[in-house]
Amino acid sequence: MSRIIKRVYLSLILFFLYVPIVVLIVYSFNAGKSRAKWEGFSLHWYADLFQDAAILKALYVTLSVAVIAAVAATILGTLAAIGIHAMRKRPQGLMMTMTTLPMTMPDIVTGISLMILFTFAQIERGYFTMLLAHITFNTPFVILSVMPKLKQMNKFTYEAALDLGATPSYALIHVILPEITPGIITGCLLAFTLSLDDFVISYFTTSPMVQNLSTLIYSKARIGIEPTLNALSALMFLALLLLLLTINKRSSSADTR
Amino acid sequence: MPGANISVWMITGIAVIVLGFAALVVLSVRRSGGIKRSFFASPYTLWMILFTLVPVVLITYYALTDASGAFTLDNFKNFWDSNYSVNKLYAEMGPEYAVLITRGSVNIGILVYSLWMALICTLICLALGYPAAYFMADKNMKYGAILVVLFIIPMWMNFLLRTIAWMSILEDSGLINTVLKWLGLPKAQLMYNNTAVLLGMVYNFLPFMVFPIYTSLTKMDSRLLEAAQDLGANPTRTFWTVTVPLSIPGVVSGITMVFMPSVTTFFIPRILGGGNTMMFGDLIENRFLFQGNWNLGSALSLVMMALILVSLGILRRADPEGEGSGIV
Repeated sequence: MSRIIKRVYLSLILFFLYVPIVVLIVYSFNAGKSRAKWEGFSLHWYADLFQDAAILKALYVTLSVAVIAAVAATILGTLAAIGIHAMRKRPQGLMMTMTTLPMTMPDIVTGISLMILFTFAQIERGYFTMLLAHITFNTPFVILSVMPKLKQMNKFTYEAALDLGATPSYALIHVILPEITPGIITGCLLAFTLSLDDFVISYFTTSPMVQNLSTLIYSKARIGIEPTLNALSALMFLALLLLLLTINKRSSSADTR
Repeated sequence: MPGANISVWMITGIAVIVLGFAALVVLSVRRSGGIKRSFFASPYTLWMILFTLVPVVLITYYALTDASGAFTLDNFKNFWDSNYSVNKLYAEMGPEYAVLITRGSVNIGILVYSLWMALICTLICLALGYPAAYFMADKNMKYGAILVVLFIIPMWMNFLLRTIAWMSILEDSGLINTVLKWLGLPKAQLMYNNTAVLLGMVYNFLPFMVFPIYTSLTKMDSRLLEAAQDLGANPTRTFWTVTVPLSIPGVVSGITMVFMPSVTTFFIPRILGGGNTMMFGDLIENRFLFQGNWNLGSALSLVMMALILVSLGILRRADPEGEGSGIV
């Protein structure tokens, strides 16, 4: 009995979470432009999608910013994590506070403070400034993903490698790096996802000329979203789902090996 | 806006920061016994100084100066005193909250309203999310791991689009009203009110409540539950005296992760509230982008930050080890 209650409850919560997504995908197949009326099945929004220069450009901006920012944040963050880990307690604590503090700052304050910085330094807002902002908010997340792996590591293996004649850089690459790779991958993926979905910080750090998908959707929200955007997000959703399934399959086959 | 003395300010600021940075590096190198691994952190340190510390210094500078660059506290005073009709807020929140906004100050009104909405949103998320996390963490639940993924997947869809999708469900010609009409029932006004805004907020932030609670529940030692039962506690008592106290770190972390973004939401009220309601995030954006009053906007941002730091401090007390933090 209680089992049924549990299942029903969880199904209801999941239903609540998935309703808008189903609606969104269903309306991407709607023949008409209406957000509410069903006017027959059609794939023409998907065809239109590849003709729409504004959307394709925003897609390009979103993806390229997410990739570059994720890679940059991963390098910066991994180096920082290794460095912070090697520090003594006092500076280490200071650095960790510096890392967690921006994460607790509301997005809007982060966005606005960066906007002020760019205006102040007379850097014109656009692609470059958005990229800088994304690297800034991504890096702490990378550090927090890599740090636990460094802490779990047996610190004597590094010293053993040095005793056996490895140079510090050789030991770093061949001893430390392999141990923390899972953390680096998690951090990189997290950074990519955060960057992909960011709206608030991008909104304040770019100009209306250079838009990512979120700011494009925002600028169109008032006049009405075209179903082409629904079609695009349905495709992106599908792509991410496939990616997840492949990763899952690969890791489960790796487990059985 | 930038006055003549700004460059002086900036140079002093940068000098102090760089000196602090140098001291930090020297300190760390001198103490770590010759290995210069701690140097690896220096690019990041520089980056954070440039893109986190300097911007915060700039916000503080703007908040404490007027349009000509002279020092003033007026921005904070204006925060209390700006004149604006509060009738709208009375209508939204009911007369019982009128006491809180008697000074006729829109900023305070909006602040109180935002905190109020965020509080209700957090409570709803907790009420909905705790049972969900509890059921998911149940050992007899075979699909726990898959359920977690099912909670994550919706977050991949752009959150703006997901919020807009609620419009197609709630609006006058939307799904719910179509069904009502089909059943011969009268039309319901579901959009452009507080309930719609709350729905959008709960929808967006619910997963952030579920994950930390789920994590702390799965980490719990199940032998404690068995022990409680062996000692004669019934399931209800075991739940309240063992499970709930042990999940407090997760609850605290969940509350933080829902409450913080709720206070500063600025898209959801505009879409689902139809611009009838304004939250603190909207107010900050409005001061910066539409009024162009950076000084007042900066003061508002500082108030926001102070508020969040204070509430974080209070929450830290409840979870001193920070066990519940982080979903990764």
